[in-house]
Amino acid sequence: MVDLTKQSPLGTYYEHCKKGELAYQVNRDDGKAVFFPRAVAPGGGTNLEWRISKGLGTVYSTTVIYYKNEAPLNCALIDLDEGFRMMSRVEDIDPRHVKIGMRVKARMHPGDEKLPPYPVFTPAGDAK
Amino acid sequence: MSLKRASVAVAGVAESDLGQVAPHTSPIDLMAQATLRALEDCGLKLSDIDGVLSAATQARYAPGQLCEYLGIKPKFFDGTMIGGSSFMTHVAHAQAAIETGMCDVALIAYGSTQRTVSRAAASPREYNPYETQYRPLLPISAYAMAAARHMHEYGTTREELAEVAVAARQWALLNPKAWEKEPLTIEQVINARMVSHPFTVRDCCLVLDGGGAMILVSAKRARTLEKPPVYVLGVGEAMSHVSISNMPDLTVSAASESGPKAFKMAGLKPVDVDMLSLYDAFTITPILFLEDLGFCPKGEGGRFVSGSAIAPGGKLAVNTSGGGLSYCHPGMYGLLVMIEAVRQVRGECGKRQVKNCEVALAHGNGGVLSTQCTVLFGGASTV
Repeated sequence: MVDLTKQSPLGTYYEHCKKGELAYQVNRDDGKAVFFPRAVAPGGGTNLEWRISKGLGTVYSTTVIYYKNEAPLNCALIDLDEGFRMMSRVEDIDPRHVKIGMRVKARMHPGDEKLPPYPVFTPAGDAK
Repeated sequence: MSLKRASVAVAGVAESDLGQVAPHTSPIDLMAQATLRALEDCGLKLSDIDGVLSAATQARYAPGQLCEYLGIKPKFFDGTMIGGSSFMTHVAHAQAAIETGMCDVALIAYGSTQRTVSRAAASPREYNPYETQYRPLLPISAYAMAAARHMHEYGTTREELAEVAVAARQWALLNPKAWEKEPLTIEQVINARMVSHPFTVRDCCLVLDGGGAMILVSAKRARTLEKPPVYVLGVGEAMSHVSISNMPDLTVSAASESGPKAFKMAGLKPVDVDMLSLYDAFTITPILFLEDLGFCPKGEGGRFVSGSAIAPGGKLAVNTSGGGLSYCHPGMYGLLVMIEAVRQVRGECGKRQVKNCEVALAHGNGGVLSTQCTVLFGGASTV
């Protein structure tokens, strides 16, 4: 099991993000993808292996948020091809044109002084 | 050991002042006010209360804060906090406590001043390193994505979502305590200010101050009190996730587990229910709960509510108070959901009274469709 005095699941995730990698875990006991990153797998196992996603996925659901005095903002749930889901944002497209079922590809947002880099998505066309 | 059908009953219920309270009113002021009104409702005294259950976003130690305020020292207390369905869970816990002799008179109380102090101040959100950077407008965006997915999978329409808000408004116009006083049309719902697509502001519950109280006692003791007992026939609890990113299927809530549990304990089926009080934080939630609780097949909820089917005079009485959409939504609405169901079984609802209401279902929702809890209440003919 991971030694939490030396390394945290979120800290490892952030390290990958800084390298431009969308990392997730696989439970070696049952082969299932695990996200968000954990020290203990769902079901109680500790046999978690880090992997790097290819970053290809499909929009599971989407919304457009209308904050006052701001441009409309997309927020979406993305099903990655490796079998895990995450919240993200689809960029490079009018947020109102993001549709459920749309294929998307991950890209690392650089973050800012407050936020470490984080994955966003862009339309991937017909990428399988 | 499991809870016994109708071993306990609701003896007293009351709302606090609702809507917009005076500056510097505290959530505990509202809880205390509602508590005295609920005691008056059933003829019990403050000193009779020996169990206190409470949860509030503005009071982390809610049961203790209420006891400190009222100067009581109950022998049983519970601060279970699972969002808006906490109070249905409190009913189950109070029932367990009464059945096992841990207390005799259980008070469930809630209060919020979220309109006065602002929602951001009343319910600050915890930082989620996997969601917060995407700036979802929570909880609205989570429910909006559930609605979008339901529309995608089942063809639920924008108009069908609006039907829920319009029906709630029609009921609210029959409830003198409801916040909203003007009629509402489907077009007005759809054309209102967009908040988080597909939701406009009229798809979203009210942001108001308010609170309530409920007093539970053994069925035997309830029969000696002022109001006719409203029996707890069944309770069911279930949870599926906390963050919307982790909800397995956005079109199926854990009400599909809590409902069958409650019906099994009660020995009842959906067809036996005369009235439903469903937590309508957003227009999608009654649609999901009608499906998940077994009142229509999965995916048919939108079509089920269309044609004013859940409005006054419709085929099924849902949210007769006007709901969180048009009556009152003080941050966590579960206790008010149950109070309306209890009053319907008592026959106290005036113009909005459902005829011969003997079985009422109250369903609570917490978080972002996260925690689901169902309570079935029954009148004298059910025991």
